[in-house]
Amino acid sequence: MSSDTSEIIRQDDVTIRFAGDSGDGMQLTGTQFTETTALVGNDLATFPDFPAEIRAPAGTRAGVSGFQIHFSSADIYTPGDAPDVLVAMNPAALIINYKDLKPGGIILVNTGAFTDKDLERADCKTNPLTDGSLSGFRVIQEDINQRTIEALAGSPLGKKDVLRCKNFFTLGMMYWLFSRPIEPTLVWLEEKFGKKPDLFDANTRALKAGYNHGELLRLFQGRYEVPKVDNVEPGTYRNINGNQAVALGLVAGADLAGLKAFLGSYPITPATDILQYMSVMKNHGVITCQMEDEIAGICTAIGASFAGHLGITTTSGPGLALKTEAMGLAVITELPLVIVNVQRGGPSTGLPTKVEQADLLQCIFGRNGEAPIPVVSCSSPADAFECAVEACRIAVEYMTPVILLSDNYIANGAEPWKLPTMESLPHFEVKFVTDPEGYTPYTRDAKLARAWAKPGTPDLMHRIGGLEKDARTGNVSYDPENHQIMCETRLAKVMGIRDSIPTPTYYGPDAPDLLVVSWGSTYGATRSAVEALQKEGCRIGRLHMRHMYPLPYGLPEIFASARRIVLPEMNFGQLARLLTSEYPQFKFEQHYKVKGKPFFAPELKAHFRKILEEMA
Amino acid sequence: MSELQQLKAKDYKSNQEIRWCPGCGDYSIIASVQAVLADIGAVRENVVMVSGIGCSSRFPYYMETYGFHGIHGRANAIATGVKVANPDLQVWVITGDGDGLSIGGNHMIHSLRRNVDLKIILFNNEIYGLTKGQYSPTSPQGLKTKTSPFGSVDAPFNPLQLALGSGATFVARTLDTQPKHMKEVLAAAAAHKGSAFVEVWQNCVIFNDGCFKDWTDKTMRDEQTIMLQPGQPMVYGKDQDKGLKIDGFALKIVPAAEASTWDPTVDSAGPAFVMTQLDNDPTMPRPFGVFRSVRKPTLDELVHEQINTVTTKRGPGALKDLLYTPDCWTVD
Repeated sequence: MSSDTSEIIRQDDVTIRFAGDSGDGMQLTGTQFTETTALVGNDLATFPDFPAEIRAPAGTRAGVSGFQIHFSSADIYTPGDAPDVLVAMNPAALIINYKDLKPGGIILVNTGAFTDKDLERADCKTNPLTDGSLSGFRVIQEDINQRTIEALAGSPLGKKDVLRCKNFFTLGMMYWLFSRPIEPTLVWLEEKFGKKPDLFDANTRALKAGYNHGELLRLFQGRYEVPKVDNVEPGTYRNINGNQAVALGLVAGADLAGLKAFLGSYPITPATDILQYMSVMKNHGVITCQMEDEIAGICTAIGASFAGHLGITTTSGPGLALKTEAMGLAVITELPLVIVNVQRGGPSTGLPTKVEQADLLQCIFGRNGEAPIPVVSCSSPADAFECAVEACRIAVEYMTPVILLSDNYIANGAEPWKLPTMESLPHFEVKFVTDPEGYTPYTRDAKLARAWAKPGTPDLMHRIGGLEKDARTGNVSYDPENHQIMCETRLAKVMGIRDSIPTPTYYGPDAPDLLVVSWGSTYGATRSAVEALQKEGCRIGRLHMRHMYPLPYGLPEIFASARRIVLPEMNFGQLARLLTSEYPQFKFEQHYKVKGKPFFAPELKAHFRKILEEMA
Repeated sequence: MSELQQLKAKDYKSNQEIRWCPGCGDYSIIASVQAVLADIGAVRENVVMVSGIGCSSRFPYYMETYGFHGIHGRANAIATGVKVANPDLQVWVITGDGDGLSIGGNHMIHSLRRNVDLKIILFNNEIYGLTKGQYSPTSPQGLKTKTSPFGSVDAPFNPLQLALGSGATFVARTLDTQPKHMKEVLAAAAAHKGSAFVEVWQNCVIFNDGCFKDWTDKTMRDEQTIMLQPGQPMVYGKDQDKGLKIDGFALKIVPAAEASTWDPTVDSAGPAFVMTQLDNDPTMPRPFGVFRSVRKPTLDELVHEQINTVTTKRGPGALKDLLYTPDCWTVD
């Protein structure tokens, strides 16, 4: 494979979208391309886009599954906007995706799946390959089905299984086109199918055949090279998605607190993976219980915290709604608990596999009574680890439930993560009370955190629960004065967290015309858009929020420096509303998108530019 | 201070004043629990009482043990977390017919099927007491309450059948009016490893007074009830002259000499189910005692066994190994 004489075109930034039927293996193709690209040394970000149905009827638009990867020789912050390349394994995948492509972009089409029946399944009245839809793109037509069959001639596999290898043929072609080595995938195939030689052989042959096919047939006008990032910060990296990072962060957080992690959960898209990842970590002392429902998930976690573990529960919006009453119980019993909400499109079942960040106010305010719960929000897969550790820190230092907000874009998106050194991790070891001298369940420390005595400790027997308790004795109390004191104390404790969190960093010129405030997964697109405008000399700055409640100190000073403030949010302006109520002296302009898709940098850039032009 | 000396029932009482209605059956139940804990020498700091919401669920506040007064229906789930986190604790669930079978029915059946090592006492008074008198999932059809002024049209649960159907490894029934029997049953529950489900017929003097009087009244109870004793013939009656004989899928009344022997330890839940059918037949005595008692692995045992097995195989994991995996790459 070294005799290749194709023209090499250097490109610094490429976005590819793999799209096919749910059963075509596009997620696997994308993941393999990602792993290899990470090893080559590009910065990258990925995002899978798949339907809620596991297997919608084959060939239909509802069944299209996609995987997008953005890789670059410079730092990038999003999985890319308009793809440069679309791989479409069938008509439905083509129809749904081609309009997103950059003008002049490359479309690789599997013509083997374009029979009349295929077109009918995809609800195509005419054939998009011939009806002019694709003018303006560079279309490469290849019968990948047939090429795969030919490559696997003599394989003992049946035709159906042979055809299932077509994703590896396609992957091989893309490896050639973007000058990636096939070896990492060969190693993976060995691990995956080492004990099934027929499958190993078939997929290996398909991959190599696809690679050679790219080289031999000159289907493309040349091949591309995306050089590795050469100013990467030294360190150890691994590719990680948001759910993995949250799982690792929670286990690390428990470890740093000197506690065992106990996860009580119930499967729900897109949070399930966290439960799956943590179920593997048994030799790290992690206990996972897949419970009968969301409520049992959080209640077992509360019980485990009472018993001296770090209770954790993981869910998405509808599940959080079910956990609401138990969250109040954790507030009043003042037990540490981490509640992870991986947001998805709502209301109700909404868009289970799509992104939205419309649970912010639910998290901050959505409980009966005065029930303050701190909320920490992660901005990207790599950031999710640190945020999970931070959520654990707050939970144990302040004896409080904490909500960690993620979303589907972070959960399933992946990027290289620079691993923290072990020495750099914070320590917040818990000290359980053992001395009965002067103990009551609501004895508080300087942070107002109550004393944590766990069952099994002699002479500290006590009772806690959902009824209001006397501030001094810890016994049930209906006293009006006491209730107000306890409500005020719980609030003051949570507000005190502000002493332990930093003011978010402002990036931009002094006294900007426009300040963009982002939170959660709008981070990447916002940063890309703002930096692009800064390069053009615009007086625009940005601020990203990690701590959503309580709000950190120092925000009004930053807000005051800007002429206008805008907040892009995947909801109808929930943070804008929160900031407006906290800081009524400023005007917070909302800019929303609730389409189940993330913001793209160009659309934000256009919006920010419009505001700047209005001000000029 | 370790508890080397033998504790008495009163040592398990907290300093809190009990606030149940005078004459409530709950008093007898808490006294029995305290007596049983003393009898078995329970170490107070290792006992956790978990409850939901309802009159019965105030129970933990009155016990000098660890206690958690949870939210409505969720005691079994909270208790599961406590027990799995620390299997050394003896965990009791205090619940009622509304808390445990209505709003908490889901957690009840699942904790029983998982065989979590919990001692579950279900106070059954066939009424919602704390909300002042509405029909419950065990109220008989036709019961007139504030929300069923013309009679309840809901068919009730039989708690024993629900527990048996959920795979409970220990199922028993006792009455608040018979403290001696209650202590025997509770002691057997405490000794059982696994989910122990104990239904206690408990009289609500305010909202459903006398609902069990046909079986508790001294003039009738000997003829109307049968106390099952493991390994003993099933005999009853004032003169112990009547007996029950298992006949296929039914039981029939026979002279005492012909009575079958009761064995709750058989693997099949069949005989226990047959026994619960007596509840539907007004001509038959109501059975009390232990219906089923079989030893099966508990959830808490299995969870920790699995953790130990994996840890033995893979070695105890260090945080660094979790983060720094073989697919990492280094940039210098």
